[in-house]
Amino acid sequence: MQEIPRRKFLNIMLGGVLGTVASAVLYSIVKFILPPEIPQAVLSNVVAGKVGDLQPNSGKIFKFGNKPGILIMTPSGTYKAFSAICTHLDCTVQYRSDFQHIWCACHNGRFDLNGKNIAGPPPSPLEEYNVAVVKEEIIVSKKA
Amino acid sequence: MIMENTKSNRKPYWFFSRYPIDGLVEFFKRKAVPIHRHTIWYYLGGTTLFLFAIQAVTGILLLLYYRPTEEAAFASVQFIMTKVRFGWLIRSVHSWSANLMVLSCFIHMFSTFLLKAYRSPREFSWITGSLLLFITLAFGFSGYLLPWNEISYFGTRVATESIASIPVIGHYLLVFFRGGEDVSGATLTRFFGFHVAVLPLLLTMLLIVHLLMVQVQGMSVPPSVESQPGPRPKTSPFFPNFILKDALGWLITLGLLAMLAALYPWELGVKADPFAPAPAGIKPEWYFLFLFQTLKYIPATIFSLSGEMIAVMTFSVVGILWALVPFIDRRANRGLKSPVFTIIGIGAIAYIVIMTIVACMASKQ
Amino acid sequence: MMKLNRIWVFVVLSVSIFGSSVYGEDSCVQCHKTLDGALSSPVNELANDIHAQRGLSCASCHGGDPVAGLNGDAQAAMNTKKGYLGVPATKDIPKFCARCHSDETYMRKYRPNIATDQLAQYQTSQHGKLLGKGDKKVATCVSCHRAHGIRSAKDPLSAVYPTNIPKTCGRCHSDSKYMEEYKIPVDQFNKYRQSVHGIALLEKGSRSAPACNNCHGNHGAFPPEVSSISQVCGVCHLHNLELFSKSPHSRAFKQMGLPECESCHGNHEIKKTDDAMLGTESKSNCVGCHDQDSPGYKVAAAMKKIILQLRTTIEQANTLLAQAERAGVEIGDTKFVINDAYNDLVKSRSIVHSFSTAEVEKTTSQGLKLAEQALKEGKEALKEVQARRRWLVMVMVIVFAAATLLYLKIREIEKKGQA
Repeated sequence: MQEIPRRKFLNIMLGGVLGTVASAVLYSIVKFILPPEIPQAVLSNVVAGKVGDLQPNSGKIFKFGNKPGILIMTPSGTYKAFSAICTHLDCTVQYRSDFQHIWCACHNGRFDLNGKNIAGPPPSPLEEYNVAVVKEEIIVSKKA
Repeated sequence: MIMENTKSNRKPYWFFSRYPIDGLVEFFKRKAVPIHRHTIWYYLGGTTLFLFAIQAVTGILLLLYYRPTEEAAFASVQFIMTKVRFGWLIRSVHSWSANLMVLSCFIHMFSTFLLKAYRSPREFSWITGSLLLFITLAFGFSGYLLPWNEISYFGTRVATESIASIPVIGHYLLVFFRGGEDVSGATLTRFFGFHVAVLPLLLTMLLIVHLLMVQVQGMSVPPSVESQPGPRPKTSPFFPNFILKDALGWLITLGLLAMLAALYPWELGVKADPFAPAPAGIKPEWYFLFLFQTLKYIPATIFSLSGEMIAVMTFSVVGILWALVPFIDRRANRGLKSPVFTIIGIGAIAYIVIMTIVACMASKQ
Repeated sequence: MMKLNRIWVFVVLSVSIFGSSVYGEDSCVQCHKTLDGALSSPVNELANDIHAQRGLSCASCHGGDPVAGLNGDAQAAMNTKKGYLGVPATKDIPKFCARCHSDETYMRKYRPNIATDQLAQYQTSQHGKLLGKGDKKVATCVSCHRAHGIRSAKDPLSAVYPTNIPKTCGRCHSDSKYMEEYKIPVDQFNKYRQSVHGIALLEKGSRSAPACNNCHGNHGAFPPEVSSISQVCGVCHLHNLELFSKSPHSRAFKQMGLPECESCHGNHEIKKTDDAMLGTESKSNCVGCHDQDSPGYKVAAAMKKIILQLRTTIEQANTLLAQAERAGVEIGDTKFVINDAYNDLVKSRSIVHSFSTAEVEKTTSQGLKLAEQALKEGKEALKEVQARRRWLVMVMVIVFAAATLLYLKIREIEKKGQA
């Protein structure tokens, strides 16, 4: 009876292909369920650096989600963090240890250690963030 | 009576010795589907069910990452779309399957209407079915707001405005649905609660009743077939023939969904800004367009009553009458051909289709 | 004991009542309150006047003897022998106010760090000079500060608070009839209102934007001279001043007597800068002086070319990224790269003021590298979209293969059922 081997073949093929479809579906679902590297959507806080990264009177740029932030250690040793987006034309600001305050290279705007605009074109202060030191990490979070 | 566990019986002894449901198994073995020229329409209920299952699975998956607050909703959907592996696929499938489910539900409803399946003894199948349709539309409406983007925020605002035009209880209903006077974060939370808890519960309960009645009563054969002279229509066993054909339909639907999700990914747009002016051309989802377009044609006042109120009341009355059609169509109940209602059905379909097309074209200009 | 208490109460009460009649409202106020029009309006404004708030009285400026006028004797109060000065003549007003305001020892009592050079400055100003020649129409202290109801310059309701200064100056300077004989333009306020600075100060309330006095001076108001315009703008735009003063334009403009920054940017109507200002098209500033074959023309063309190149690359990258994001591909890191490229674009537009192609190129080439990287990443993101579609096509093929096999299976079962 030629029917039976063909039927068996059909059954195996069908089972195989359906199995492939099922595993493709299952694969995507399992991958979906496993959390991605950045575990959550709205970043309320980031690790901006580690204790020891900065000396007094220095600063560094870090990533706060998609936007740049600036972490500084004041000459007196306190950590402060702000949005690094200049309020004039959105350039990224930097810390100048020779000025001992924050400076924007684009049009010479200056911000003091409280983020307040003190010279040049910027019309408003830099948004300030909260800084907390937890174990060896410096955590920066948005103010409530 | 415990059957002997021989190879030909192939029933797992350990199960049936504990749960003596042999009678039920026999019932399902004997379950048959009538075969005639309208049998193709029998598949639509199962298609809608399949699409609902897809919604439940993709919905639960989205629930693992979605955040129902004004601040985080949009960002969480964006997160799903861009950072979660296959997030774009799950979200697009969920959005497309929602629309396909509504379409399938409407076609299922209209096919049973035109085939007079609502006639006795299946009146309550029709009523539960009508309620299931309204719940499906409520699912669509509540889910639409959840990404909290510009079109859904303003669309919800416009749609909920019209609720207020219902006399006496209109304003209370508005506040109930919006969670306040305006569409806000409270509305979002409320809609989320409806969408993931209240509506699934209601739908599941009604669906169980709806399916149970179909199992017990079997498939309805339209009067046009029944009244034909000659022997009764052939039947085909539900297991395995009909269920495999069902499965074929579901497989094709799955493929269609994957294609739509990949080729036409669902847009996210921009985050809602309640203080920005409404963008031009706000319109609701396509399945509400015919109502929306009808409202545009109603004059502002009719005999010194609000035109909008008259329209909303009319829609409500039509909806109720539609759900009660088994008790109105006397001829069908007696098994006779009922051409008046066939014409009403075709007229309703034509009206909805034409109004939807007009609304689409109007907004394109 | 009770009697003693009652006496004390009487004493304290009467002293305070008597005291308030002497040290509260003085006789000038009491009398002028009852008069009409211009004679009583100074009294109404006393509540807002900083001099009155600090304890000074009418007599502190106008002289006279208010105590003598307590019983209603106006002549006794307004007695020139007692130092009564009356209303000062317009030409005397600056000296009138300067009696106190130029006295460092006196002003120290009220505010140790207040300036006391207003009169000296005023005498160097155009207003002061014309007043000295007998012109009564020019501004004196009271024209801007008012005569009575003088508010501190830090009070937002003061006519000399930064956001109010343009309107105050404009009261005369925008009045074409009033200014007719001086033959200077009267459109400054209108032009300023439409400028970047005007919009920033008047509409956005940004205190970092200049009002009239920031460029022209407060009391020593004078139009900045042609050679010092870049220094005045350079107070805020220091970087551009440094670049300009080292550039060939600095010497050339000096030689030709051209007004430096104003030549390209205007003075009052300073609009937001645009890339169209640079280059060799008919609308640009450069072709106003530079002929087609001049070296300056070539520099203008070269600078425009590299800046435009950077700009268009950034725009292209942004378009690709927007497409990719809409399709659901992650592009956050690339946004950072584009941000840095955009920073370089902003900087290079500033460096145009060096008028050296090599200088501008340093920044544009850096930015271009970043923009091209972003463009590459954008293209890869779109490729990812295409890749997803290809995977899905494969899945589709498998699904349809499964459907076909299932269909065959069904047919087989149906045949078996019929047999």
